[in-house]
Amino acid sequence: MTQYRPQEDLSKRFWVHNLQELRRSASLATKVFIQRDYSDGTICQFQTKFPPELDSRIERQLFEETVKTLNSFYAEAEKIGGSSYLEGCLACATAYFIFLCMETHYEKVLKKISRYIQEQNEKIFAPRGLLLTDPVERGMRVVSFLAVLCEGTELLTSGLPGEDPQK
Amino acid sequence: MCDTRSEQPDLTFYLGLGCPYLAVKITPAIPVVGGILFFFVMGTLLRTSFSDPGVLPRATPDEAADLERQIDIANGTSSGGYRPPPRTKEVIINGQTVKLKYCFTCKIFRPPRASHCSLCDNCVERFDHHCPWVGNCVGKRNYRFFYMFILSLSFLTVFILAFVITHVILRSQQTGFLNALKDSPASVLEAVVCFFSVWSIVGLSGFHTYLISSNQTTNEDIKGSWSNKRGKENYNPYSYGNIFTNCCVALCGPISPSLIDRRGYIQPDTPQPTAPSNGIAAYGATQSQSDMCDQDQCIQSTKFVLQAAATPLLQSEPSLTSDELHLPGKPGLGTPCASLTLGQPTPPSSMPNLTTEAALTDILPLKEEHVGHQFLTPEEAPSPPRLLAGSPLAHSRTMHVLGLASQDSLHEDSVRGLVKLSSV
Repeated sequence: MTQYRPQEDLSKRFWVHNLQELRRSASLATKVFIQRDYSDGTICQFQTKFPPELDSRIERQLFEETVKTLNSFYAEAEKIGGSSYLEGCLACATAYFIFLCMETHYEKVLKKISRYIQEQNEKIFAPRGLLLTDPVERGMRVVSFLAVLCEGTELLTSGLPGEDPQK
Repeated sequence: MCDTRSEQPDLTFYLGLGCPYLAVKITPAIPVVGGILFFFVMGTLLRTSFSDPGVLPRATPDEAADLERQIDIANGTSSGGYRPPPRTKEVIINGQTVKLKYCFTCKIFRPPRASHCSLCDNCVERFDHHCPWVGNCVGKRNYRFFYMFILSLSFLTVFILAFVITHVILRSQQTGFLNALKDSPASVLEAVVCFFSVWSIVGLSGFHTYLISSNQTTNEDIKGSWSNKRGKENYNPYSYGNIFTNCCVALCGPISPSLIDRRGYIQPDTPQPTAPSNGIAAYGATQSQSDMCDQDQCIQSTKFVLQAAATPLLQSEPSLTSDELHLPGKPGLGTPCASLTLGQPTPPSSMPNLTTEAALTDILPLKEEHVGHQFLTPEEAPSPPRLLAGSPLAHSRTMHVLGLASQDSLHEDSVRGLVKLSSV
């Protein structure tokens, strides 16, 4: 895995370029899906159980920390309290036209989440050959880790059916 | 008395019959308030009709495959039978055991309180009911608009009824009851319509007020999911305990953004125009869904991405020439695994293990008159050039045979789909 070096060594542009390549070759990847955890009701939460497929790729603690942070972001988005009521009432009073001017609290948190995920991808996951997808792109059903194969680029040139992807 | 305009055939009370009379006789605020209520009703109606109720997008083929695998492991079988038994998962929410069902159409385990609407052909979060009057499902995201609609409509009908009656009474004080009715015949009709509407609409509002205050959906109430009749220990795990909080959450809580990808390209539920070559039988016709096949598709689809990037994107030839033969048919977004489109009716068979694995392998030259598709159910007797693969499949799936006309758009779509794929 020599293509991905720590951010400090390379210019930002190269780094982003690599991340894009990582995304493109992600279709070769093994995908690990982390499903929703409904034990607290219908709020958006993902299971923190460590999937065995990631055993060799990432430390358990890092994984759990990431998922827990995501869960806390979603809890913040869906939090019911004074400010959300105020927003709801204000929106109702303006016949929801106010959303033409401003974003809902939920949307703001979603933006925060996607920034966080991008950061995590750059700093932690890409060096390990993993790519975390934003649940919003998957309809909030799953968080998926794409484990890009080590020899990803070689695999592109060969690729007869039936060949074992190298892990 | 002023101009009553009773001789003009107006449709509603407020278009001229009673308004001028009452406006002059009592106060001009009456038509104003009526107008405001009317616009509010129309606004909430349109909002309910045209907003996303909380549709859950269908699972991508990879996710579906992953879930299938997990279910198979859990069941200890491997795709037994044409339609496996209904799959459920149990979850304990707030002390109550809730069963999560697997949706065969959307290929997901439905979240609690979600349900699949057969009219909209989607799973909807916090599914309340499908309202034919509104023409849309009522779910998590538009429940408050629906409630405001019926509430304001009930105020409007009560308002109209009250003032129609007032109008008739005031007139009959001057000219007698029968003359009053003769002078404004539409009032009778309006009174009758409003009277019956009041019962139904106010009844519905009352019912939904009860549902909101106990944080239940119509679906749950009808099934009696949380009623005491099922057992003393049965209670609603989603309720916040007090009526005020329940109401606030339902009406003023945060609205989650829509999960529908409105700008994405719809993957038609039809097979790709593929052209398998001699080696195909070896590959995958009988291969059951497995990780291997998934990854092979991934490999092929990536090959396709790279090749497509090299070839001109949109081609207009109706039939695939030999140049295009290297392009495996239509991976669409994600993989060439069968993907269902949103809103299209799905065959009731078990979707799951489906794949168009063989689609991705070697390609045969396509003839103009057909679009060959390897995946036909055993019932569909193989019409001649169709069975290019030549081998029956382990998994049956009803496929449509594409006509030439659709090939064109399909090809364009497949290329667009690729562009999207490459941006994932």
